[in-house]
Amino acid sequence: MKHELPALPWAYDALEPYISKQTIEFHYGKHHQTYVNNLNNLIPGTAFENSSLEEIILKAEGGIFNNGAQVWNHTFYWQCLSPKGGGQPTGKLAEAINRDFGSFEAFREKFSAAAATLFGSGWAWLVKTPEGKLEIVQESNAGNPLRQGKTPLLTCDVWEHAYYLDKQNRRADYIADFWKLVDWEAVAERF
Amino acid sequence: MIHTATKDLIFPSLPYEYSALEPHIDAMTMEIHHTKHHKAYFDNLKNAIQGTEMESMPFVELLNHISRYPMVVRNNGGGHYNHSLFWELLSPQGGGEPSGELREAIIKKFNSVDEFKNNFSDAAKNRFGSGWAWLVVKTDGNLVVSSTPNQDNPLMDVAECRGIPILGLDVWEHAYYLKYQNRRPEYIANFWNIVNWKVVEANYINALSALR
Repeated sequence: MKHELPALPWAYDALEPYISKQTIEFHYGKHHQTYVNNLNNLIPGTAFENSSLEEIILKAEGGIFNNGAQVWNHTFYWQCLSPKGGGQPTGKLAEAINRDFGSFEAFREKFSAAAATLFGSGWAWLVKTPEGKLEIVQESNAGNPLRQGKTPLLTCDVWEHAYYLDKQNRRADYIADFWKLVDWEAVAERF
Repeated sequence: MIHTATKDLIFPSLPYEYSALEPHIDAMTMEIHHTKHHKAYFDNLKNAIQGTEMESMPFVELLNHISRYPMVVRNNGGGHYNHSLFWELLSPQGGGEPSGELREAIIKKFNSVDEFKNNFSDAAKNRFGSGWAWLVVKTDGNLVVSSTPNQDNPLMDVAECRGIPILGLDVWEHAYYLKYQNRRPEYIANFWNIVNWKVVEANYINALSALR
């Protein structure tokens, strides 16, 4: 099965001024595309030749896991962002955030800290556990919470390539701007 | 640097101008890399050891036993050591090939300088995520190419391949992204134009005598 690079849900410049067109061109057009290409080159003749990305995330190791998970993670990340994003969640998701973190502000601080302190390359995630509880988790490199049986609701990419052209070493500025782009409707649907 | 008590470590200045390595590494990358990334590792290390036994430990002892100490010391201590070594390995008059005893040892181990470079370049390309590629003198005196994640290095007891690093290449994206973006292999290819082999040769001799 050949994996394809899914279309972006918005134009390359749609997230400006928070994430530049140039960053999206490289991040989507080069990094995301390369993970797709690498995966397609790695799977022929292996047990994962006809596997879904989710199966790869659950069972694969090494290069197939790294590239397969990175394909999934980036597609998911794009779907977390929107030029009409920002603000706060409403409804049942807002209630669950209040229940598990105390308040939206407390949640946002905790998620931002997880993104800021992830050392090296990786992702910060808001997930739902099998018991229905919300949690914040850090994953290094290509890590994905599906592997621990948790359902991803929201993610922030903190590989340096996600922000270096725009913010260089100032990861905290990137995270602050990330909140202005979060598509809470999409997050609520996953919940 | 490695025998200094950890509290007495200094933040080094570069042995050349920020623009000196152009066109291979641009001035903006060098300045941010040195004054922001390296400086943050240095400051975080100093803060993390304050008021602990780590202050008086020789830096190399701390790195050799890093598994006993907090993760923040591993990350930032490694960050300080690795960058301090890295700056010294680069020079606008670099490039070419090693000579002397190091050359002989490289040819003995890798058959040729080119094969060694290919081997090291592959280690740098294949490091997934952030990390470093190394040429290491193992405890038995033999050379080996390895790579470590994040800011780990071969001096640390957590490293898969342990020994004394004599050449290192930073493959964190911050080391090359402003100029090369996703093209890590181009950055690695250009690295060979600025390697100061005189320093690597001296590191090799020092490593051998430290192991004796």
